[in-house]
Amino acid sequence: MRIGIPKERGEGQTLVSVVPSVAAKLMKLGYDVCVEEGAGLTADCPDSQYADVGVEVVSREEVWGSDIVTFLDLPGDEELSLVKKGAVLIGRMSPWGNDALVEKLQGMGVTALAMDAVPRISRAQSMDVRSSMMNVAGYRAVIEAASAFGRLFTGQVTAAGKMPPAKVYVIGVGVAGLAAIGTAGSMGAVVSATDVRPEVADQVESLGGTFVEIPVKQESADGYAKALDEEQQRLTLEVYTEQCAKNDIVITTAQVPGRPAPLLVTKEAVAGMKPGSVIVDMGASALGGNCELSKVGEVVRTDNGVTIIGYDDLPSRLPGQASQLYGQNIANFLKLATPAKDGELALDMDNEVQRGVTVTLDGEGMWPPPPVKVSAAPAPKAEEKAAAADAAADDEEEPDTSGRWGLMWWKALLGVLAAALIVASPPSVAGHYIVFMLACIVGFYVITNVTHSLHTPLMSETNAISGIIIVGAILQIGFDNPIVTALSFVAMAIAAINIFGGFTVTRRMLKMFERSSDE
Amino acid sequence: MNDFMFGTFLEVPDRLIAALEHFETLAYLLAALLFILALAQLSRQKTALQGNRLGVIGMTLALAAVIIVAVLQDTTAMGLTIVLMVLALVIGGAYGIWKANRVQMTEMPQLVAMLHSFVGAAAVLVGFNSFLIQPGVEQYSGLTRMTENAFHMGEIGLAVFIGAVTLTGSIVAFLKLSGKISGKPLTLPGRNAINLVMLIVIIVCIVWFTMTVGRRAGIVPLAIITVVSLVLGWHLVMAIGGGDMPVVVSMLNSYSGWAAAMAGFTLGNDLLIITGSLVGSSGAYLSYIMCKGMNRSFISVILGGFGEGAPTAAAESKDYGEHSEINAVEATRMLLDSKSVVITPGYGMAVAQAQYPVASLTKMLIDRGIDVKFGIHPVAGRMPGHMNVLLAEARVPYDSVYEMDEINDDFGDVDTVLVIGANDTVNPAAETEPNSPIAGMPVLRVWEAENVIVFKRSMGNAGYSGVQNPLFYNDNTVMLLGDAKQSVSDIIAELNRTAGA
Repeated sequence: MRIGIPKERGEGQTLVSVVPSVAAKLMKLGYDVCVEEGAGLTADCPDSQYADVGVEVVSREEVWGSDIVTFLDLPGDEELSLVKKGAVLIGRMSPWGNDALVEKLQGMGVTALAMDAVPRISRAQSMDVRSSMMNVAGYRAVIEAASAFGRLFTGQVTAAGKMPPAKVYVIGVGVAGLAAIGTAGSMGAVVSATDVRPEVADQVESLGGTFVEIPVKQESADGYAKALDEEQQRLTLEVYTEQCAKNDIVITTAQVPGRPAPLLVTKEAVAGMKPGSVIVDMGASALGGNCELSKVGEVVRTDNGVTIIGYDDLPSRLPGQASQLYGQNIANFLKLATPAKDGELALDMDNEVQRGVTVTLDGEGMWPPPPVKVSAAPAPKAEEKAAAADAAADDEEEPDTSGRWGLMWWKALLGVLAAALIVASPPSVAGHYIVFMLACIVGFYVITNVTHSLHTPLMSETNAISGIIIVGAILQIGFDNPIVTALSFVAMAIAAINIFGGFTVTRRMLKMFERSSDE
Repeated sequence: MNDFMFGTFLEVPDRLIAALEHFETLAYLLAALLFILALAQLSRQKTALQGNRLGVIGMTLALAAVIIVAVLQDTTAMGLTIVLMVLALVIGGAYGIWKANRVQMTEMPQLVAMLHSFVGAAAVLVGFNSFLIQPGVEQYSGLTRMTENAFHMGEIGLAVFIGAVTLTGSIVAFLKLSGKISGKPLTLPGRNAINLVMLIVIIVCIVWFTMTVGRRAGIVPLAIITVVSLVLGWHLVMAIGGGDMPVVVSMLNSYSGWAAAMAGFTLGNDLLIITGSLVGSSGAYLSYIMCKGMNRSFISVILGGFGEGAPTAAAESKDYGEHSEINAVEATRMLLDSKSVVITPGYGMAVAQAQYPVASLTKMLIDRGIDVKFGIHPVAGRMPGHMNVLLAEARVPYDSVYEMDEINDDFGDVDTVLVIGANDTVNPAAETEPNSPIAGMPVLRVWEAENVIVFKRSMGNAGYSGVQNPLFYNDNTVMLLGDAKQSVSDIIAELNRTAGA
């Protein structure tokens, strides 16, 4: 099949969906690739580079008439009219709640694959264009802030006096937030960050930032959940306002696909900031932004000297890198959907990832896909949770519930058996059974977190310990019967092999591990 | 505790008995705590050595306490008892230490299996002794006395049963692992039924045993239990293929613990019960982890119905096309062209003793600025964690060694994967061919890497499960045939040559 790479016509769009190095990978999968004249110019990929890897440079009409067309965002009607029936469109489509779009694509009789709808599971991370774009955008947000900020990021002590380091505060620790924390930190700023999910604190700290917690009030028993939500929101806004006043640069990253971004920085918070401060509102869109005063695509300067940057095209400001990442995501997807490497797209609707991105299949409406089994689906209730939505990367898949029920039955059965045993046994031995059961549970828990590499030493150690059977033999050896004494003697000797051999060999192995870690 | 034993030595003063009992209980408590701590600390690299030390201390304490108690109790022939104990400890200890220091790391699974069999044998002997010391009594003396007797006899029966199964099971595992008998599963017709019949016979005999009075009557059912259990243990493990041995070894570990716990019941000794069940339940959990790694049912493994339902190794060899071969020089060039390399070792590396050259190769590649990682499948080798032990022996830093789950999603970014002596654990058929005997088993997705170099002795032999591996015929796979150790050494020589040139 032939893949077409058109020139992006969206306003301010500088990216190209597939760069030459990625095009080469697609050709390895067996595809023919053609590119529209000048498609990669703004991303520093001249036509000659495409031609070098064997991509044909063709006209706009021919590109849009290809079997597969890859793009950043859905084009206008003019281009769509060039798409042939049965073609495959791959790109960002924001299909959420956009029934008109789905109908239109159905009418065109095409297969539409929305790359921005890749499910958030670890397996699909290599195809997640939102993550790739957010990563680049987070970096660029810091660069934009630095250029608007009238000071240095690094603190220095010079002959001309002391310069304090810039203080950067990031709200929402998703992919973009983490990228921003890392970038600002490496430039020398003092970075702190907040997220409604306390569990990301470790990630923030791993990048050298400080985590600022939100005081989340405990739920009351009278069930006024709604009121509490508002109360909670008020409290978080208070934290943000307080932190804005303390910091020089504030970067907000909360976005919810297909919905207005949550409000994080109020007018009052902006008013409380120092002159010269900078806010980068990464959530800015036509529907509104994270900051009450931001304007999409513009830089606003307030009366109290605060610069608010509302660019919604941050990835476009790093076109080379962003295009490469985007293209690689598409290539990874095509690799998955081209199992035979014969240049024939074979979509598998049983595959969660492939099903998840399919908006229409040969003109048949497929949207929305069945929910992927993810513990934290990106549809948070509380608005604040939206900050979390753009992160939530490595969600664990839910364990199979049927298995859990099976386990429950086993546990219940064991419990009944245990109870029956204790009830039936005479008082003098019942105590031993209690000890026995408790020890079983302890044994289970002590090794629950064993690292895989230690399985063998653990086994030889437990083996040495189970040589404790020698105790039985010792207690019997003195019995006044030659047979018993002889049997005990043998039992003692072989159990001793276990004890001494087991401990020695465990020690030997562990010493090796220790040595190997010293290097 | 030990009331029946104290009963035989009436001349010991009461106060001494009371003091002894307190001392004994305290020592047992301490020892049990130390064992728990030892196992807990052994689950982390940093504290593992410390854990082993605690285990040794706990054992010393327990032995000292028990020996003192036993010697003081024995007023008739104290001297002889001491001599016998010391002799037994010295013989056993010397042999154990000698064996442990001599064993090669590649032979570790055999050693562990052999040690399991000793615990099993000791449990059988202790069980017999318990019976000889206190055989069944007449059941006229009240209800409590009666149930107590029944429980005592039942416990002996169970101890002998589990001990015997562990004994022969471990011996078979040892023989299979050391290659003294074939690793092929023995599949008798209706073997599940055979197992079931043997189990029923054992249960019936245990019930019969609890009703016997005196040694002469009791020895018959006990002997039957022993013989049938020995056969059962042999048959259970014979039916399991060599490839599944990691789980078997871990399962036998658990059984040996239960055997000790049962012996503890027969003696009414809490230390034995605690320690035995610690080992038993932790071993069971370990086996459970392994089973998950192989996508096997835990229950069917415990019961030994392992090969059950698994199609008899589909011998039909599909035609996957042609494989391509390379030599060490070309392999070296591929490695030097890579930025990141992942090595996935398997049992073949252990057999060829290739861990040392592999470690040197790793070091040389890292020195050339190439990122080298190890990807370890949970059941690679013949024992849980087998590969880790070998790599540690060869001084590969353990932080460059990754588990399957940690590395499996990253193969797409890897330039070259070296598959050294692994087969089933990297077989794509597990994911793509639902009829394959290994279908559904999680495998290392090495085929997603740019290039795969497979080190294999020859194209002829399949993996332990007897399945063909389509990986070998992939476009991005090349085969480097020959002894793994030799091949790796050749690459090292070539690296040295290019560095010199």
